[in-house]
Amino acid sequence: MARPLSHRVMSFAGRALVVAILGFIILPAFVVAVASFNEKALLSFPPQQLSLRWFYNAINYKDFQSGFYNGLIVMLASSFLALFVGAAFAYVIDRYEFRGKNVIEGLLLAPLVVPHFTVGLGMLILAAQIGAARTFSLVIVCHVVLVLPFVLRSVYISLRNLDQRLELAAASLGAKPGRVLATVTLPLLMPGLVSGWLFAAILSFNEFTASLFVTVQRTQTLPVAMYNYVREYADPTMAAISVIFIVVTATLLALANSFLGLGKVLNVEQAR
Amino acid sequence: MNAHDTISPTATRRPFLKLFTAPAVITAAIFAISMLAILQFSIRKHIPGSLDVGGFTLANFAGMLHPLYAKVFFQTVWLCLLTAVISLVLGYPLAYALVRSTNLFVKSFILITTVTPLFLGEVVRTYSWIVVLGNNGFVNSVLMQTGIIATPLQLLFTVTGVTIALVHVTLPVVVIMLAAAIAHIDPDYEKAAESLGAGPVRVFLTVTLPLSGPGIVAGLTTAFAWTFSAFATPQLVGGGKVNMVSNLVYQLGFANFNFPFAAALCVAGLALTYVSIFVMRTSLRPLEKVGLH
Repeated sequence: MARPLSHRVMSFAGRALVVAILGFIILPAFVVAVASFNEKALLSFPPQQLSLRWFYNAINYKDFQSGFYNGLIVMLASSFLALFVGAAFAYVIDRYEFRGKNVIEGLLLAPLVVPHFTVGLGMLILAAQIGAARTFSLVIVCHVVLVLPFVLRSVYISLRNLDQRLELAAASLGAKPGRVLATVTLPLLMPGLVSGWLFAAILSFNEFTASLFVTVQRTQTLPVAMYNYVREYADPTMAAISVIFIVVTATLLALANSFLGLGKVLNVEQAR
Repeated sequence: MNAHDTISPTATRRPFLKLFTAPAVITAAIFAISMLAILQFSIRKHIPGSLDVGGFTLANFAGMLHPLYAKVFFQTVWLCLLTAVISLVLGYPLAYALVRSTNLFVKSFILITTVTPLFLGEVVRTYSWIVVLGNNGFVNSVLMQTGIIATPLQLLFTVTGVTIALVHVTLPVVVIMLAAAIAHIDPDYEKAAESLGAGPVRVFLTVTLPLSGPGIVAGLTTAFAWTFSAFATPQLVGGGKVNMVSNLVYQLGFANFNFPFAAALCVAGLALTYVSIFVMRTSLRPLEKVGLH
């Protein structure tokens, strides 16, 4: 059945609108990519001559190098800690009712609403109050608090979608709770665990505002180093490192999408 | 039905409860204590030139009534509202297309494009907008080379520029929240309306849009809170001309070393965030209720 002309016009307009909005999202990445390959230090469009010198600069810049390694340490520690804390608690939220459950859950989800600068300042003051130095531990604790809601959410959604009859079957065949957890529950939760960890890792590596408050020169992560660079210099070195960031992040997410199905993890899949 | 009736009597009836809750309790406690530390600092006297704090006082909160600070609070709330509403308007079509598109490639493309900026962090995105909006930046170069304008438009350091960059930061999370709501609407409702003769506009306005109410409320409030949290965007795109609470907190803490006042600003900011979210929720309650059917 042919749809009336007015419907087709509207569907075309709808599509054009979606393309325009996607264009708005992509525009800065596109512009930064063009700027990063420009030979001249001054931003100009379109570029006269192409060059890789800004990428060379970015990779060899000392603060970016140390920021990268610091960020890696913080990311690995905080993402695995958050995965451990978040997955365990998601299991408890899904299965049990007990006193104080809502309070703990509320506190752990609060960093979604509490501004990052407030969390950063709070951690900084807390460290100062107990006389702790501004070490990696402080940055890691701060990041665990910030990324935990995302782990909780993705593991919790996976737990909701898990067929508990499989666990019952294993238990009725004599498997102890520990064995059921290790051989049935955990393998079934893998997509939620992996994507929760990935979210935590990417968010931690890219976290800026709270890190600005809790890091010192020695523990400075990459986004903080980049921020300091932007404040001091105006050349496209920053564009080059941004392009690397964008490409790596998009690639990781695309891989996660094809292997784990991000739509399901983010709960945006149509239920039919 | 009890899942654990079949387990031997020696096994705990609620396995792993304590073991799995303990790490969460510790993390929640650290967070709670850090918030209490801020609260405690906010009512302490600042000793100029020292990082130690003096006795208890309410002077920090009284000091916030100065027009200079009051203006920043108003500007922050205004920017948050503006950003939340624009993100909602731009996010809806995208969320709708993401959920309803039948083409798998299109779906994945929209999803990745939308989600990537969410994970990129504020610095990269803010820097990108400086390159786009600057006086020698992309927009001005294009407009000047095509002869549309003779002198560059001032986009950096303006509310317009800051809002554009802020919308870019909040759009992904709004899209995800809206998409989750739209995905849970039973398509049969729309088909029913269609079969009764409603055109697509009418189906959308009377069925889809109201049923996605909870997503709209969640998207608006989250966008508001996230914008409130923005620091690099107002700092770099606003360039001191457009200031938000976050910029004040940083300046007072790290330029003036007045941590008690910075803490008081955080407390006031947090209270303002929760009050704003409460007001938004309350005034949008009819919208939230419709969706529950």
